[in-house]
Amino acid sequence: MAVLQTSLDIRTEAFRQNRSDMLEALDVLDDLQQQAAEGGGPEAMARLASRNKMPIRERVARALDPDTPFLEISSIAAWRSPFAVGSGFVLGIGVISGIECVILGHDPSVRAGAFNAFNSKKLMRGLEIARENRLPYVQFVESAGADLRGQGGDEDPEAAIQREEGHFAESGRLFYEITELSKLRIPTVSLVFGASTAGGAYQPGMSDYNIFIRNQSKVFLGGPPLVKMATGEDADEESLGGADMHCSVSGLGDYLAEDEMDGIRILREVMSHLNWQKLGPGPSLPVDEPLHDPEDLLGMVSKDLKQPFDMREVIARIVDGSRFEEFKPLYGPTLVCGWASVHGFPVGILGNNGALFSESSEKAAQFIQLCNQINVPLLFLHNITGYIVGTDFEQGGITKNGSKMINAVANSTVPHITVIVGASYGAGNYGMSGRAFGTRFTFIWPTAKIAVMGPKQMAGVMSIVGRAAAARRGIEFDEKADAERAAIAEHWAEERSKGLFATSRVSDDGMIDPRDTRIAVAMALSACHSGEVKGTKEFGTWRM
Amino acid sequence: MADVESRTITRLLIANRGEIARRIIRTAREMGIGTVAVYADADAEAPFVREADTAIALEGETAADTYLRVDKVLEACRRTGADAVHPGYGFLSENAEFARAVETAGIAWIGPPPEAIAAMGDKLSAKQLMQVADVPTLPAEALAPGADLAAAAERIGYPLLIKASAGGGGRGMRVVNAAGELQEAVDGARREAGSAFGDDTIFMERWLPACRHVEIQILGDRHGGLVHCFERECSIQRRHQKVIEEAPSPVVSESLRARMGAAAVAAGKAIGYASAGTVEFLVDGDEFWFLEVNTRLQVEHPVTEEITGLDLVREQLRIAEGETLGYGQNDLHIDGHAIEARLYAEDPANDFLPSPGTVLFWTPSTSATARFDSGVESGTEVGTAFDPMLAKVIVHAPTRREAVLRLARVLETTRVQGLTTNRDFLVATLRTSEFLAGDTTTDFIERVNPAPRRDVSGTELHHAAIAVLLEAQARRRAGAKVLGTIPSGWRNSVMPPQSVSFRIAGEELPVSYAADRDGAFSVNIGDAVYLARPRRMGAGLVEADVDGQRVMARVDRQADAWFVHTASGDLSLEELPRFRLPGADGFKGGLTAPMPGRILVTHVTVGAVVEKGQLLLVLEAMKMEHRITAPVAGTVTAIHAADGDQVANGELLIVLEEVL
Repeated sequence: MAVLQTSLDIRTEAFRQNRSDMLEALDVLDDLQQQAAEGGGPEAMARLASRNKMPIRERVARALDPDTPFLEISSIAAWRSPFAVGSGFVLGIGVISGIECVILGHDPSVRAGAFNAFNSKKLMRGLEIARENRLPYVQFVESAGADLRGQGGDEDPEAAIQREEGHFAESGRLFYEITELSKLRIPTVSLVFGASTAGGAYQPGMSDYNIFIRNQSKVFLGGPPLVKMATGEDADEESLGGADMHCSVSGLGDYLAEDEMDGIRILREVMSHLNWQKLGPGPSLPVDEPLHDPEDLLGMVSKDLKQPFDMREVIARIVDGSRFEEFKPLYGPTLVCGWASVHGFPVGILGNNGALFSESSEKAAQFIQLCNQINVPLLFLHNITGYIVGTDFEQGGITKNGSKMINAVANSTVPHITVIVGASYGAGNYGMSGRAFGTRFTFIWPTAKIAVMGPKQMAGVMSIVGRAAAARRGIEFDEKADAERAAIAEHWAEERSKGLFATSRVSDDGMIDPRDTRIAVAMALSACHSGEVKGTKEFGTWRM
Repeated sequence: MADVESRTITRLLIANRGEIARRIIRTAREMGIGTVAVYADADAEAPFVREADTAIALEGETAADTYLRVDKVLEACRRTGADAVHPGYGFLSENAEFARAVETAGIAWIGPPPEAIAAMGDKLSAKQLMQVADVPTLPAEALAPGADLAAAAERIGYPLLIKASAGGGGRGMRVVNAAGELQEAVDGARREAGSAFGDDTIFMERWLPACRHVEIQILGDRHGGLVHCFERECSIQRRHQKVIEEAPSPVVSESLRARMGAAAVAAGKAIGYASAGTVEFLVDGDEFWFLEVNTRLQVEHPVTEEITGLDLVREQLRIAEGETLGYGQNDLHIDGHAIEARLYAEDPANDFLPSPGTVLFWTPSTSATARFDSGVESGTEVGTAFDPMLAKVIVHAPTRREAVLRLARVLETTRVQGLTTNRDFLVATLRTSEFLAGDTTTDFIERVNPAPRRDVSGTELHHAAIAVLLEAQARRRAGAKVLGTIPSGWRNSVMPPQSVSFRIAGEELPVSYAADRDGAFSVNIGDAVYLARPRRMGAGLVEADVDGQRVMARVDRQADAWFVHTASGDLSLEELPRFRLPGADGFKGGLTAPMPGRILVTHVTVGAVVEKGQLLLVLEAMKMEHRITAPVAGTVTAIHAADGDQVANGELLIVLEEVL
C-alpha cells in the first residue's frame, strides 16, 4: 500500500503559531479536566474518605484491569453551566476482566451524586454506546436524586415554568433502556455504592446482576418519610432497603459485598463469567506507528479556520505506517477518500480538503457504498464549511448530489467514527456523518468549531435580511444599530461555535488532544467491533 | 607392586549424587568413558541423572536406603555393565567393605586400596599409625564405655574435643570447655555417632580453639609413585563443616609446606596409599599436628586443581587403570591462588540450619571468570534427605586478594533464588578485612561474625520495584486480549494512577505509577518520585533509565513473588493481591505441615476439644522439632497423619472445627 509523504514544514511561523495556539487550548482542557477530577472539592473528598468511600474515579480505576486504557466520554460536560465541570459523573469505555464495557456512575463527592441535565445526558449516552456497540454495561449507582438547582430557586416561578421544555411524563427512559440492553443479550451490572432510591431503585431493578455493599447500599421506592406519609409505618432505612435485607430477604441483591473494594472484586468476578465474545472480526492488519510524527498534529490547524491544510497530513499521522490507498485521487479533489488501518482495524477514511462539490459528493456516496460492501468502518475527518453554493452549482445539481452523499451516510450500516479536526458547519456536518447521523463516536479537537454556519456569515446574513425587510417596509435602516447587533450576534455565535461549548453540551464524545486521535479512534473502532461489523446494500432512493 | 594390572575403563558408575556426580561425569566424558548415574527417588529430576549416559533408580528416600546400599549399587553395576565405580565423597566413599566388594566383582574401584581405607577409617588407630611414622599428632585418648572421663580429660587438658572414631563431616563432635560439660558432651557424641555411623566409638582429643585447618592433597599411583599437591587451607567452618577453602594457605611458608608435604607423603607411604587422598592437619604458627586422612576425593579438591593444573578425577581414573603418575614432586608448582566457597541452602541467621526448598532461578554469574561445580539448575528441589549444598564456586587468580574479591563479586552476582542460602554470608565473609588479611582461623565465624544477610539500600529496593512494575505491566499488555496495542494505562482524562503493593521483609511498599505520552513512567514509592524510561521489558529482562541512571534487572514471577536479579544481587518482592477475599485472613479449619518432615507424635485424637494454643502434634523436620498448636479453640474433626508419616510441605494434617 502507498505510504503518504509529507510536505509539512514545521519550521514556518504559521506552524509555530498554530502549535502554540493549540497548546494553549490544551492547557484550558487540562485545567477543566483537573477540575472535573477534583469532584466536589477537597472537603467533600475528605468526608468521603472518612466514611471509607471512594470517589467515582477511584472506583472506576480500581475496577479496570491494570494497565488497560480507559477512554472517558464527555469529561468536561457542564462547563459553563451551574453544575460542576464534568457534571459529577464519569462515563467511559474500559476493560474489566478482559471485557471492553461501558462504565459509568455518579460522583458521590459532587452533591451526593445528584442527577442534572448534563449527567442525565451522559448516562443516556452511555446506554446508547452500550446498545449500538453491543458493550456490556456496568453502572456504579449512588445518587441523591434530582439536583433541584437550575429548576427555579430564586427565579420568578412563572418565568421558570415558561422556560421549562421537558416534563416528567418524558422521564424514565433510562430504565427502559437498561432492560432493553438485557433483552439484546447485552449484560447489565449494577454495583450499588449508596442511595438508589425512588425511581432510582429501578436502576438496579432493571439490571441483570446486582451487587450491594453491606451498610452502604440503600435501595427503596420510598424512604422512611414517604412511608410514614403513605402508610403511617415507622420504618428504618436498613429494613426498608439495606444491602443485607435485599441480599437475604427481598432477593433484589444478588451479591453482598463487605465494602467497596469487595464490591469491585465481585464485579470483576461477574464480568469474568460472562463468556463474552466480540462479534466483529477485530484488528486484522499490521499495527505500526505512523511514519510521520503525531506531534506535528499540534501545528496543523490554524485558529483561523480559513487557513487551509491538507487532510492527508493528518491521515499520515493517524494511520498504521502512514499507509493510505487513496480512492479517486483525481476526481472530486475537495474530499479525500481512501483505505487505511488504525491499530490494525481496517477503515475507510473521508476527509475534507475544501467545500463539498457535486463531484466530491458523488465520490463520497460511491466510497461509502464500497465500504459497506466490504464491511469496513468509516472514519470522517471534518474540516468542512459546507456544500458549495451559487447559481452555477445549484444548476449543476449540488443539492441533488449532496443528497446522494447524505443518503449514503444516513443509511450506511458500517460503524462511523467522526473527528472534528477543523470546521464543521451546516449541512457539511450532516454529510460528514455528524452527531445526528448515527455516527458511533464523535471526537473534537480543541481549536475546532461547529455550528450551522460561520459566525461572521451568520451576522452578515442577518444584516442583509434586516436591510431587505427595512427596504420592503420603506423605513430607514439604522446602520449603527445593525452594526452593534451584528457584533453581538457574531460574538455569541462565535462563543457557541467553539468546540469547548459543543463538548460541554455533550454534543460529542469529548475533546481530545490531537496527538491522541489515533488511540481514541482505535478504541472507538475496537468498541464497534464488539458488535457485528456489517455493511448494507440498501439505501434510500438515489436521486439521479 | 610390580604386577599392577593394566585395564581400560569404559563405563564408569558414579555412586554419588549432586555436584560431585556431575563433576565426575564431566571428566569421564573428556576421557571417552561412558557414565552411569544411580539415584534416590528425590533425585529423579536432578541434573546429574540426566547428564549421565544412563541412570539406575535405587528406589528409596533416605541415604541408608539408596546411596549407602552396597547391594543396590553393585546391582546397578551389573545391570549396566559398569567396569568402574567412583564413589565421590561421603556415602560409600570411605567404606572399605564396599571397595572390597567392588574389586571382588572385578570392577575397578576409583580410590585407594581397601586396606588403606580401613586403616584410616578408625581415627584413633590412624593417629597411632601416624605416630609410628613420626607424623606429629595431638594428645588423644580412647573413651571406652565406663572409662574415667575426668582423669582422661585432665591428661588431655581443656578445652578438648570429643570425636566419633568413625566420624566425619562434623557429626558426633563436641567441644568441651570445662569439666562440668564433659559427661553430657560424651553422651551426646556417643549417641550421635551411633546413629550417624552405626559405630559409637568415640575418643577425646586436645582442642585448639583458634588454629588453622590445613590439609595436604596427596596423589599416589599403584607403582609406588606418591606426590603431594601442596596444601589447602579450610579454616572457615561453621558447625565443624568447611565453607570456604583456598590454596595455597596464606600462612604456610615454603619451609612449613615442605615439612607438611613430607609428613603427608610419609603418611601416605605408611599405609600404601594410591589414588587421591588428603592428609588433614591443624596448624598453629609453625607447628602442625595430624588430624586424619581422608581416603577419597575431597569436596574442596578444585582449588588444588586450579593452582596445579591437574584434573584430580582424571588422575584417579588413570591411576585405577594402572598408569603411573608420569611426573614427580619437582614437576608440580603452585600457580597463583584459588579459592572456593560452598553455596548451601541454609540459613546463616538461624544457626546455619538447612533451609530446603526449590531453586527457582539459578544463573551462575558471568561477571568474571569462575568455575561453578553445581548440582542444581533452575527448578531443582532441595530436600531434607541429603546434604543441602547447591554448588561450589571456585575462582583462580594471580593473587589471593584478587581471587577473594572476584569470588565475592561472582557470588554476589550469581542468581540463586527461591530458597534461603548462605550466599550473603559468604560474600560478607570474603570482604571482611580479617579475611582479606589472611587472618583465617577455625574460630573465624564466631570471632568476626560476618553479617548473615546483606543490607538492601532504599534505592536498590525502589529500583527493583520499578523493574518489577515495568515488567509486570509489559506482560499484562502483551497478554491483553483486547486493546493490546494501545499504550499502557492510556488515559484521556485525569484518573488516579495505577497502583500495586509489594511486601518485602514484612514491610509493605505501596507503589503508584502512570505512563506519560512518550512512554516513560512516573513512579511514586512512598515519598520518592522517579521517572523511568523503559528500553527493554516484557521478556524477563528489564532495562530502564531511572532518572537518567540505567537500571538492568532480570525479573521473574512465581505465584505472587517477583524475583529480581541485578548487579547488586538478588531480591524478591511479594506482590500483594489487589483484592482481599473476605475471611481470607481468618482460620479455615485445616492445619497443614509448615515444611516437609516426619510426624513425631500426635497429641490429640478425633473428637478432642482443644484450647487455643494447645499442642496438637509434633513434626520433625531438618533435625528440629516443630510444634503444631491449635490456632483457635475447637474440636478436632479429622487427623490425616499417623506418627512416623513423612509429610510434604503444605500437606493437610489436622482439621479443626472452630468453636464460635
